[in-house]
Amino acid sequence: MKSKLIGRIGFAAILLTFVTLDIQAQWTPPSAAAAQPGSALTIPQAELIQPEALNHLLQKAGPQKPLVLQVGSHVLFAQAHIPGAEYVGPGSQPGGLQALRDRVSSLARNQFIVLYCGCCPWNHCPNIEPALSKLREMGFTNVKVLYLADNFGAGWVNKGYPVEQGR
Amino acid sequence: MNRAADRCRLGQKAAIGRGQTTLRRCALTCLLLAALVAVGATHPAFAAKSLVHKSAPEFVVTDLNNQTLDLNAYRGKVVLLNFWATWCAPCQLEMPRFIAWQSQYGSRGLQIIGISMDDDPAQVRSFLEKLHLNYPVAMGDEKLGELYGGVLGLPLTLLIDSCGKVRAEYQGATRLTVIERQLKILLLHP
Repeated sequence: MKSKLIGRIGFAAILLTFVTLDIQAQWTPPSAAAAQPGSALTIPQAELIQPEALNHLLQKAGPQKPLVLQVGSHVLFAQAHIPGAEYVGPGSQPGGLQALRDRVSSLARNQFIVLYCGCCPWNHCPNIEPALSKLREMGFTNVKVLYLADNFGAGWVNKGYPVEQGR
Repeated sequence: MNRAADRCRLGQKAAIGRGQTTLRRCALTCLLLAALVAVGATHPAFAAKSLVHKSAPEFVVTDLNNQTLDLNAYRGKVVLLNFWATWCAPCQLEMPRFIAWQSQYGSRGLQIIGISMDDDPAQVRSFLEKLHLNYPVAMGDEKLGELYGGVLGLPLTLLIDSCGKVRAEYQGATRLTVIERQLKILLLHP
């Protein structure tokens, strides 16, 4: 009876080990080598800003505060967004890029702008790179992109950084 | 009390009466599922508020075929609730497999439900025309997202057992063999 129980526990442990290895194998780190044109993986490290750094910047009052623009889904933005951020539309769609152009066209080209999306894992985000390219094309020189490895929930909300709700 | 709830209650009673051996097997399965969920919970891409081990929040919406979609009506079935969007690349990889699962496991009690988090239903309709979907899809909004603990990244898929309890949550690009393995366990041990 005892040996049967030990056998079953052993079997469950072996099964669990295989399953754990399988789940861990899902995580594939972003690789610049796999980057396609229009992919977020093509964005250089120097143009990224980490969530902690952005949160720190936003806590400080004064002229150094960036204009924060969300270039992803409106439904996701309405659930939670960075306080003070504005929704402009998905960077992967012509309407979103036009809304971005309209929003920034009157701004000085050295305006500090932070773009973010967080709709999908970074290596699958369809919005962020086209939005960044649009700002570069318009001559903006002080643009950073918020690096959200998995999504806005995991990279910002779950870390306890402040959020606002509403459209 | 509706029929589905009765079935769920009767199913639980029957499970209790199946004897010690069955109980031991069930306990082992539960232990395995709990361990799977615990491993998943440490994954970096997890939802704002996890609903695992809680009852799936009820909702009634109108699907894209103008039919009422009431989650409660699927009690007695294993439900795979998938939040997705047309612009979400990992979602698009999953959907053909979901269609196959609905065909393969539908008769064994699986029901897949899609909730699109797109802004424009016309875009969703046009996208779905190419896919020949065999499960219902409705438009989601921020209220439904908040009801589910915050859908703040896609895809997000929940595995709900026949009693309406969330048994697993998959956030981001997930290996589909993991989801399939878990839903097969639930179909065998509802």
